[in-house]
Amino acid sequence: MSEKNLPVKADDGDHGAVEVAEPIADPGLEPHEYRIQDIDPKAADRVERQVATMFTLAGLLSLGACVAYFAIPRDATLVFGPLSGNANNMTLGLTLGLALFLIGAGAIQWAKKLMVDTEVVEYRHDANSSPEQKADIIGGFQEGVAESGFTRRKLIRRSLLGAMGLLGLPAIVLLRDLGPLPGRALYNTIWAKGIRVVNDVTDRPIKPSDLIVGQLVNAAPANLAPLQEESAVEYQNAKAKAAVIVVRIKPSEIRTQAGRENWGVDGILCYSKICTHVGCPISLYEQTTHHVLCPCHQSTFDLADSAKVVFGPAARPLPQLPLAVDSEGYLVAQSGFTEPVGPSFWERG
Amino acid sequence: MSDTKEKPATAEFPPPVKWVDDRLGIGKLGRKNLRKVFPDHWSFMLGEIALYSFIILILTGIFLTLWFKPSMAEVEYQGSYSLLKGLHMSEAYASTLDISFDIRGGLLMRQIHHWAAVLFIAAMMVHLLRIFFTGAFRKPRELNWVIGFGMLFLGIIEGFIGYGLPDDLLSGTGLRITQGMIQASPVVGTYMSFFIFGGEFPGDDFVSRFFTVHVLLIPGLILALVTVHLFLVVYHKHTQYPGPGRTNNNVVGYPLMPVYMAKAGGFFFVVFGITALMGALLQINPVWLYGPYNPAEVTAGSQPDWYMGWLEGSVRIMPGFESEFWGVTLSWNLLIPALIIPPAFVTLVALYPFIEGWITGDKREHHLLDRPRNVPTRTGIGAAFITFYGLLWIGGGNDLIATHFGVSLNSVTWFLRFAVFLGPVLAFWVTRRIAISLQRADNERLLHGLESGIIVRSPDGSYSEKHTPISNYEAYELTARDRLVPYEVGPETDDNGVRAPRRALNKLRARLSRFYYADAVQKPTAAEIEEAHSHGHDDDLHELTDSDNFHEITPDRH
Repeated sequence: MSEKNLPVKADDGDHGAVEVAEPIADPGLEPHEYRIQDIDPKAADRVERQVATMFTLAGLLSLGACVAYFAIPRDATLVFGPLSGNANNMTLGLTLGLALFLIGAGAIQWAKKLMVDTEVVEYRHDANSSPEQKADIIGGFQEGVAESGFTRRKLIRRSLLGAMGLLGLPAIVLLRDLGPLPGRALYNTIWAKGIRVVNDVTDRPIKPSDLIVGQLVNAAPANLAPLQEESAVEYQNAKAKAAVIVVRIKPSEIRTQAGRENWGVDGILCYSKICTHVGCPISLYEQTTHHVLCPCHQSTFDLADSAKVVFGPAARPLPQLPLAVDSEGYLVAQSGFTEPVGPSFWERG
Repeated sequence: MSDTKEKPATAEFPPPVKWVDDRLGIGKLGRKNLRKVFPDHWSFMLGEIALYSFIILILTGIFLTLWFKPSMAEVEYQGSYSLLKGLHMSEAYASTLDISFDIRGGLLMRQIHHWAAVLFIAAMMVHLLRIFFTGAFRKPRELNWVIGFGMLFLGIIEGFIGYGLPDDLLSGTGLRITQGMIQASPVVGTYMSFFIFGGEFPGDDFVSRFFTVHVLLIPGLILALVTVHLFLVVYHKHTQYPGPGRTNNNVVGYPLMPVYMAKAGGFFFVVFGITALMGALLQINPVWLYGPYNPAEVTAGSQPDWYMGWLEGSVRIMPGFESEFWGVTLSWNLLIPALIIPPAFVTLVALYPFIEGWITGDKREHHLLDRPRNVPTRTGIGAAFITFYGLLWIGGGNDLIATHFGVSLNSVTWFLRFAVFLGPVLAFWVTRRIAISLQRADNERLLHGLESGIIVRSPDGSYSEKHTPISNYEAYELTARDRLVPYEVGPETDDNGVRAPRRALNKLRARLSRFYYADAVQKPTAAEIEEAHSHGHDDDLHELTDSDNFHEITPDRH
């Protein structure tokens, strides 16, 4: 170890650097103390038996794991009071786990109790290269540079660097087909004028009389379900934007926003179910306050007040879907959403 | 290492080893490393746990790929879990159910895989804290700190993508949140989202894409980094705690062959055994209870895996700020908590060795570890980091805290909005003061010895306690550390009256360095120890010796 890396002096001044061995001189390694196994062969034999027992048990448990695999039906259940578990999984895991554990425990016991425990000293070396090595490599490198003419022949150097740099372009361009461009996709849902509002579990259209005051129903556009037959992915993508909640609130408690006077039907309002924060489906409704809470980040919206944000990280109200009643008395959309649903995005404006 | 046994004059490997050595020269490599010395301390095995859980992840992961189908094609479930029979779901989810219910050992491997992943990241984090608080990141190991940090970062992404693969309701919710954050990023957000998910969310591409990233790309990168990480550990040799005979230019411990082969090798089996027992007994990520992903559904109390919790909390406690200008939308409510704070925090931690090195001006190699108390400012900074992380992590469970402790969700959130700023400052000062007090206690022990508990009354009625001097070994151990001297700015001008360059920067550095070192308690000097001891010798009442007779009364006190 060269002088400069010893803990005596820093190489550029005296800050942070003082001799470690001061104020008390290093007394050297503490004397080695023998263990009982080093002195008493009986104790050593006892440890040997312990270790061998662990290894033997581990071997038997491995066999046990094979037995468990074949012998225990994969749907059998083990019950311990309030707890239960799959019997095949548990027996297999217990035997395998214990087998592994005992091999490890045996090896560690062997190392700690029987292997020689005198400490050994090894010396460190500098992390950096020696001056001779440095001189060698610098000489070699300079020779190489000179022989190649890399620094002298500027034309070669620059054209090569340019060519290498431009290789980055195809590398990026090749990723272009990872997906389509966003286009207007984020602005539209499958909601449109006259589309019926259906219950998202039963797919049945909803009449105003089906809803009592205080009730909230998870709903979807009637044209969503047929999509599933056509294309599973189109169905999922459409659902991720079109899901809505329909809620009935006492008309006297609703504070209607200007321009939305005829968006509700007898106190029945419809909002996008997709949180304007990061897009989780909001679902926790509190009747008395008309608040709906997103379970992901706890953004809270007041459904009686145009779904304005009353708490949490969301910045915008839930988009509202204007409702009407069709000739058969079912709830329908007056139009699609008038603004994009779901999380914000840059181009949204 | 005294070799008393005669070495054989000519030695030859047994034939198979000779065959290999003739081709690869393994003898040269083995000669240096077979008996390589490693120091012994419990805190050195934290990194081992991380390494071993990574190996377990590879082994169990390979098993899972044999049955997992990384496809989002829709199928009707016909497996043996009757509650979901007949339901439409992706092949990914259906094959995860098959692994859980129809492949013997499949559930066990899935659960070991998930537990090992959770353990992998936890072990890396605790290992990182050990490295931080003992100063093991100092020269020459700064790059290994950065590499280790890179692995932690990759490990977190790997884990997150991993639990996104089964395409169950919980994982889909996590992905939806991630997609929302990507989409809300300024300028390129929508494009990034459309390229990553192959169009609109959820689409039918992400499972197969994420699968390749999860089983090939990231594990490959981690494997490469592990290799470099371990190579550097061998090259630099392991750090050690200071103590008698342990200096900055040696390493004291036990040889690889046989002690560490048995201990470290055995420890791998212990870690594997424990994760297997956890897989057998402790249920984790029961995807069959969540059901297939449905973009219109979510479960209340949805929680990510623990290591994502701090990011989740960061997003949860952020107030809802958003700006609209020039026809674009800037979502501060996501930009700040997801795209600014976490990367800034992570960068600060990753660059810490270089920051501290610059402030202290310390350019020496360090192979002796610091006791955390001996560098109070660093220890305080570490506590501040932990507090910041911990508070954000608590924020990730603000709903569960509210429901379990019957407090208002809004109060928890508002408390955290302030606590993330005040908590770290408080933690810094408290920890730093505790460290300084512990240093004082060490000096007290060194100068005056241990309190024996024996109270002696002198003839004139005063009481004093006898002290037992500590052993020379312990005294050395307590003093085997640097005297920390703050960096100082040189004179304003040199001999020729030329102003020193970078004056302002150096002044800042000196101020930071004083902040780092000024309040730390220095170890006593040799003279002070001598003084304290001679004081003890003058005063028979003070020091407890072997020949002490408790009935003896010495009259010359005061």
